[in-house]
Amino acid sequence: MSIWEYANPKKFIATSTPLVPWVMGLAVAGLVVGLVWGFFFTPDDYRQGSTVKIIYLHVPAALMAINAWFMMLVASLIWLVRRHHVSALAARAAAPIGVVMTLIALLTGAIWGQPMWGTWWAWDPRLTSFLILFLFYLGYIALWEAIDDPDTAADLTSVLCIVGSVFAVLSRYAVRFWNQGLHQGTSVPVATGGRTVDDVFFVPLVICMVAFGLLFVGLVLIRTTTEIRARRMRALEARMRR
Amino acid sequence: MMPELGDYAAEVLSAYAASLLLLVALVGLSLRRSRKVRAQLDAVEARRKDAP
Repeated sequence: MSIWEYANPKKFIATSTPLVPWVMGLAVAGLVVGLVWGFFFTPDDYRQGSTVKIIYLHVPAALMAINAWFMMLVASLIWLVRRHHVSALAARAAAPIGVVMTLIALLTGAIWGQPMWGTWWAWDPRLTSFLILFLFYLGYIALWEAIDDPDTAADLTSVLCIVGSVFAVLSRYAVRFWNQGLHQGTSVPVATGGRTVDDVFFVPLVICMVAFGLLFVGLVLIRTTTEIRARRMRALEARMRR
Repeated sequence: MMPELGDYAAEVLSAYAASLLLLVALVGLSLRRSRKVRAQLDAVEARRKDAP
């Protein structure tokens, strides 16, 4: 069995439909456990006070904002190379989820920054690259909506996605590239394994990160199925008009 | 039951309220559009079958 079998729209829908309730159920359960644990049962940080509770939303949302773009990049490259419609539609389906994740990261970051940094916003490398990523998401969605021919739209949005990937990379590594600005370094460096977050905060944080990941997967499955059906509907309507 | 949030209660609560509102809206709108498109596709396919 090959992974490319799932590029068949019927096979994709048949496989993803039974998975969605499980993935979404696990995501909601994870969110409830992680957020309730983080909000009610973790202590205040000695410097940040109770604002540390915002990390259970801010960090997973920021992580998914970047990862959603990378998922869109992979799907766009598959479209450009192999011309599988499902991959182009999956990229389109992921964009609004990425917008919401980026918006949550920006909003919670600003709300946290006001009392901790003394400002809602600073033109810091990471914040700025995140804002540009947010604008790229909006541009990507607008481009899909602006072009009638779906294949042309998929081609052009794929190119935009490749260009925007520069800012997705910058969003993740801006703190390391430019050792300046207000935003702190990575709290949970995957490569080195060392982290600056205490266990008491880390466990609910990881639960929230996994839950946000599952929520993203569940929503991508739902929205890709919707896009496949919408495309079929448009094709049938066009055929009936002829 | 409510934890003591101290001086930052407004910030913490508004961050949670805004985020949860956005997440619920995202899930709700995704499910609503999914149901709507499915119903529309069913209608188009039914019309196609009925067509001579």
